[in-house]
Amino acid sequence: MLDLTWLLIAVPLASAFVLLLAGKRSNGWGHWLGVAASGTAFVVGLLAFLQMLGLDSHDRAHSVHLFEWINTGELNLSAGLLVDPLSLTFVLLVTFVGTLIHIYAVGYMEHDPDRRRFFAYLNLFIAAMLVLVLADSYLLLFVGWEGVGLASYLLIGFWNYRNDYATAANKAFVVNRIGDLGLIFALGLMFTAFGGVDFATVFAGAASASTATLTGIGLALLLAACGKSAQFPLQSWLGDAMAGPTPVSALIHAATMVTAGVYLIVRSAAVFEGAPNAQLVVAIVGAVTLLFGAIVGMAKDDIKKALAASTMSQIGYMMLAAGLGPIGYAFAIFHLVTHGFFKAGMFLGAGSVMHGMKDQVDMRRFGALRTAMVVTWVTFGLGWLAILGVPPFAGFFSKDKIIEAAFVGHGWQPWVFGLTALIGAGLTAFYMSRLFFMTFHGEARWEDGQHPHESPAIMTVPMIVLAVGSAFLGLILATGDRFYTWLEPVTGHAEHGDPVLPIPVIMATTLVLVAIGAGFAWLKYGRADVPLTAPAASLGTIAARNDLFQDSVNRAVFERPGTHLTRTLVYADAAVIDGAVNGTGGGVAKTGEAVRGLQTGKSRSYALLMLVGTLVVAFFAMLGGK
Amino acid sequence: MVEPFLFWVIAAITVLPSLALLFARKAVHVAMAVVLVMIGLAVAYVILAAPFLGMVQIVVYTGAVMMMFVFVIMLIGVKGKEDLTETITGQKWLGLLVAAGLGLFLTGVISRVTLNLQDATTGDPEVIAGAIFGKFVVVMETLGFVLIVAAVGALVLSHMPRLTPKHTQKEIAADRIRVGADPVNKPMPGVYARHNALDVPALDPHGEPIDESISRVLEVRHQTQDQEPYHAHLEKGDDK
Amino acid sequence: MSPVAFVYLACVLFAIGSAAVLLRRNAIVAFMGVELMLNAANLAFVGFSRLHGSVDGQVMAFFVMVVAAAEVVVGLAIIVAIFRARQTVSLDEPSELKG
Repeated sequence: MLDLTWLLIAVPLASAFVLLLAGKRSNGWGHWLGVAASGTAFVVGLLAFLQMLGLDSHDRAHSVHLFEWINTGELNLSAGLLVDPLSLTFVLLVTFVGTLIHIYAVGYMEHDPDRRRFFAYLNLFIAAMLVLVLADSYLLLFVGWEGVGLASYLLIGFWNYRNDYATAANKAFVVNRIGDLGLIFALGLMFTAFGGVDFATVFAGAASASTATLTGIGLALLLAACGKSAQFPLQSWLGDAMAGPTPVSALIHAATMVTAGVYLIVRSAAVFEGAPNAQLVVAIVGAVTLLFGAIVGMAKDDIKKALAASTMSQIGYMMLAAGLGPIGYAFAIFHLVTHGFFKAGMFLGAGSVMHGMKDQVDMRRFGALRTAMVVTWVTFGLGWLAILGVPPFAGFFSKDKIIEAAFVGHGWQPWVFGLTALIGAGLTAFYMSRLFFMTFHGEARWEDGQHPHESPAIMTVPMIVLAVGSAFLGLILATGDRFYTWLEPVTGHAEHGDPVLPIPVIMATTLVLVAIGAGFAWLKYGRADVPLTAPAASLGTIAARNDLFQDSVNRAVFERPGTHLTRTLVYADAAVIDGAVNGTGGGVAKTGEAVRGLQTGKSRSYALLMLVGTLVVAFFAMLGGK
Repeated sequence: MVEPFLFWVIAAITVLPSLALLFARKAVHVAMAVVLVMIGLAVAYVILAAPFLGMVQIVVYTGAVMMMFVFVIMLIGVKGKEDLTETITGQKWLGLLVAAGLGLFLTGVISRVTLNLQDATTGDPEVIAGAIFGKFVVVMETLGFVLIVAAVGALVLSHMPRLTPKHTQKEIAADRIRVGADPVNKPMPGVYARHNALDVPALDPHGEPIDESISRVLEVRHQTQDQEPYHAHLEKGDDK
Repeated sequence: MSPVAFVYLACVLFAIGSAAVLLRRNAIVAFMGVELMLNAANLAFVGFSRLHGSVDGQVMAFFVMVVAAAEVVVGLAIIVAIFRARQTVSLDEPSELKG
């Protein structure tokens, strides 16, 4: 079965092509084909997982050769798959959550005439994401990278008849492109330094390469990860990406695509091992984004945008963990998996709420939905508890470990990172509780004509499954450290250093902060009246409502100077180059006009000219004859 | 060797009239000046032991070429006074400068040449003839051809195409009859043994003088004479 | 004095003739300038012939005279034809070559 892992990619890809090419004829059954393709991929992945479990821990890295790809003298690359614990973890996450979301989307998109196209794009995404995580070279990873970017663009702008949705898709693509530059640059550096871009060559060469080279590659890879995972400074697209249908937000912008950056960092552990400065930058970026997302999330009234800010913040946690070195990689992946479950579950819950509230997204118009949509309330609640980090739910095991690991180290680092993670936990508790209470508790603030109802079974069953995962997955995977040992062949065994604060102190402080945050949110939004329009607020709140002015900064720092530069270059091209060329032509013409004055038409002036010429020639002849 | 006095006289009569080429207003004055120059040059040739050439210079240049110039000037308009102010900007000074430069250049070239005076061979007609028909016979034949071409060319160039159709003899006669004039030509003045002049009338068959045979011009000029002496008295014979 | 003096005289006459060609507007006068230049050349030929002591120079001068005569014939015919067409002999009149 491990050799048949190429089916993981081939089946969804084939399904995507069939659905796109078959067109309207497949409208009746297209969505089921999409679900079946995703489900098949999950089955193949599960079987491969079971087979791998039977292997010894050292044999678990399995290479599947696909075809010879590039054969030049300098670069020889074959396209192949690397099936090892890390990639299989992602495969299982992507296919399982993906299939659940496929099933959910059958119900959510029921009234949309373009449902078949939606499933084609979803399958395309699954195929591309699996290429990304299964690739055995950075170049093939890049193919998957671009593929998920394309699928994200197509899906965000799915309802492209709305201009702002199409613009949001463009924005996502453009910002991602900047990240892609980082990956291309890293590819170039790798090729120059190591002579190849497949994992084997790079990791072998990283052991002996110079720190400067590795730092350069590391920073470039970080730039790519920032683009794909919406980390600072490339985070501006994630909020607008909520323009896509909710299943898209759940699958791509919560569970899978945005985690590709973390995968890239963890996979390139060998590179970052030799570049401690790059690793520090990764941790700093993670810490900054963590707070950024939390601050923005506290002021959002759009339920999907608040969840997007939360995603940004949680991936900040993962980046922080990945930047802490070997001890952090396993925690980052663990949090990634649990986050995939509870965040996707919460997004599906938000979709269910929107479905019942006629696509309303303003949380100020929700309230007291717990009686109208019980299943949604319960599943969402489990996800909420998980993200808060309340034991024994999933988030407790994953997030707490990150906070503990953040406190390990020397000098200023453990204090800064640790305290950031702690404060972030408190803020997360506050804004997620705010979201939960505004939506499901308090007084009903519905608009006229709203009759919220529970979603059909086809939508609630996936939500229930994900909620079960949010509840118990952490406990299952953390018991006996079985997840860490599973990942050990890839991440390496790390010595757990001692945090600067004792572990019980950290744990207790975390829980206290979470309780304070949740309690504060309950007081403000659960018990008190929530105003229907956003009240006038302090500068900080206004800043948070405007995404901390990220778009304005981008526009001022990059877009305007860039536009000016382009205009200047165009003008210079027209003025200088065209000017020079036209000027030369004009100059020649004017010279001709001037010389034309010699042609008076009068024979005497011609006679004079002839005589002058004769004299000159004779003079030189005389001189020459000397 | 040439006597200096001779040379300077020749110099005077060639250079001074040639300045008229630059300064004279009327074309006729210029032509006359050039004639003087040609004669001066002819004298110079004779001094330089080229008598034949000197004579040819006078005959051809002065006699033929300059006369042709004068004929053409008469055709164009003898009276035309040319305004000497220059129309083309810079032509006057530049022209003078170039001409002077040309003169200086030529003089300079000549001055660098060392020439030794040889014994003179006088250019007598026999000697010239011997050279023309001996060494340079081909050139002479070619030049004959050139002259023919020039003559034909002049004829072609001066041909004036008719503007109106030619008035032929037929039309002249028809006009005459239409008007009612005498279709026959007028009789010519008489020709006799002792008189043959324009004022001698012709005689008709009866011996009478014909008045119309004398040109009316003579009558106007009062140059006619009495016609009676010319009356012919024929012998009475068959005519009783 | 040496016959070279006549050659110098020829140079001077040649210069005067070229000045006349450049400066006079009347075509006939300019043509006479050309004739003067030809005659100056003839004088030079004869002068050199005297210096060299052979008749070759004189024969050359004779031929020059012939050619000059032919040239005058054709040239004057041209001037007459142009006069008939344009009623003027000014050299500045025909300026169709004006650029």
